[in-house]
Amino acid sequence: MEPVIDPSAEGTMVAVEDLSFAYPRHDPIFAGFTWRVRRGDVWAVLGPSGSGKSTLLLLLAGLLRPSSGGITIDSASLTRPRPGTGLILQEYGLLPWATLRENAGLGLRVRRFYGPDGRHAPRGDRVAQEQISARAAQWLKRLDINGVADRYPAQVSGGQRQRAAIARALALNPDLLLMDEPFAALDAPTREDLQRLTLDLSVEARLTVILVTHSIEEAAFVGQRILVLRRGTNDATEVVENPHPATAMYRASPAFQSTCIALRAHLAEP
Amino acid sequence: MNRGSRISLLASRMCALLILLVAWHVIATALGRPILPAPSVVLATLARELVGPLGRHVGVSLLRVGASIGLAMATAAPLGIILGQSRRLGNAFAPFIYLLHPIPKVVLVPVVLLILGVGDLPKVVIITMILFFQILVLVRDAASGIRSELVMSVRSLGAGRRALFRFVYWPATLPAILTAVRQSIGTALAVLYIAEIFATRYGLGYYIYLQGSTLFDYPRMYAGVVAMSCLGFGLYVAVDWAERRLCPWVAADV
Repeated sequence: MEPVIDPSAEGTMVAVEDLSFAYPRHDPIFAGFTWRVRRGDVWAVLGPSGSGKSTLLLLLAGLLRPSSGGITIDSASLTRPRPGTGLILQEYGLLPWATLRENAGLGLRVRRFYGPDGRHAPRGDRVAQEQISARAAQWLKRLDINGVADRYPAQVSGGQRQRAAIARALALNPDLLLMDEPFAALDAPTREDLQRLTLDLSVEARLTVILVTHSIEEAAFVGQRILVLRRGTNDATEVVENPHPATAMYRASPAFQSTCIALRAHLAEP
Repeated sequence: MNRGSRISLLASRMCALLILLVAWHVIATALGRPILPAPSVVLATLARELVGPLGRHVGVSLLRVGASIGLAMATAAPLGIILGQSRRLGNAFAPFIYLLHPIPKVVLVPVVLLILGVGDLPKVVIITMILFFQILVLVRDAASGIRSELVMSVRSLGAGRRALFRFVYWPATLPAILTAVRQSIGTALAVLYIAEIFATRYGLGYYIYLQGSTLFDYPRMYAGVVAMSCLGFGLYVAVDWAERRLCPWVAADV
């Protein structure tokens, strides 16, 4: 028996209820899938390729519609991309023809383009032209890419590109950050740097974070709780609890090792 | 583009011009017939004519070509983006494009003249028809080549259809639009000449045809040809300038 979820419950950020989803002419990826994410939680979603990790993220982003069942985010039923949700993809998310500075301000420009209509942008968030550059600059600085802000994405490193993507998402003051294999294309030191940064930012900006990854180590380092998905149809919710301090030291601790072993065992189960 | 490369570009263009003028002079001297006057004669005629009647012909032709380019961009670019962003729409319209695109539009000149009559409109329509398909195909391909990750990312920032057009599809296809225009300039001028032979008393096509085939005034005819070449060159320079202004990322060293 799955626990019954009351989506309006205090402290619930994301409630996935009895979700089913299948791509046309394919077996369902989710059937009667239920999951709850508390406000402020940092989750990792771990699974092999083809297990529906990215699909789950796109469903949460409002970019795919469930076949049946519902997703509630911050007590509101999700029907389209939600202004308070930031999305970071593995690559190619930045406008190649815009500098990092312009990319960081893009979300704000889109908001200004529509005005506070409550549909594309939150009601009451009227963005002035000067605010765009100020807010973008503030996040470029926080993410340490001020020095390359006037270069195009193809002129900077992969890590700097992902920093710009994070700056762009955070400039919109989101409460939920969805990340799809955001660091998979980066070298190990850069990847570990950005994993730590993600944890720092989740505290600073009071974010709920859901990070999709195929890497056991990344899931064990970033995820305070880890959702494990499987190839085939996901109908049960497998969660590995992994409360830990977000420091670089954790990577060397026995607790980290035992979480990795537990996750490996989960993935190996038939 | 910095000052140094601008100067070297100018120098290489002047050099090419000089070589062409010398070659022309050599061939004209060797031929020694009135049908190919020396460049000095033609350029002197051009200078005289430009302040006279030729200036007006150039102006009329420029307006016709400019209006055609503008009209073709305004119609083909949005349509190309619409067809490029949806695979289903793109596939549905592809056969129409492939059947209509290769029709040599020049053969339709008399038909269009018959339907639209005299005046500037039929000339503009003919040139637009030719530019339309070239821009349409290039823009459609540029739009369908946009990565889905990019579209999803921008949608997640709150962008709907209108903002996607403004912030993604328009800038992504702008270089393709300008490339299509650049590629079409030669064709546009060739068709302009044909279109201006009929039912008009203004335009470079009319001027060249009148001087060459009716009055047999070859220096004047070549003055018209040179004027038309300058018009084309001016259009190339204008498109390059527009690209530098509107698409700085293309010129950036990436």
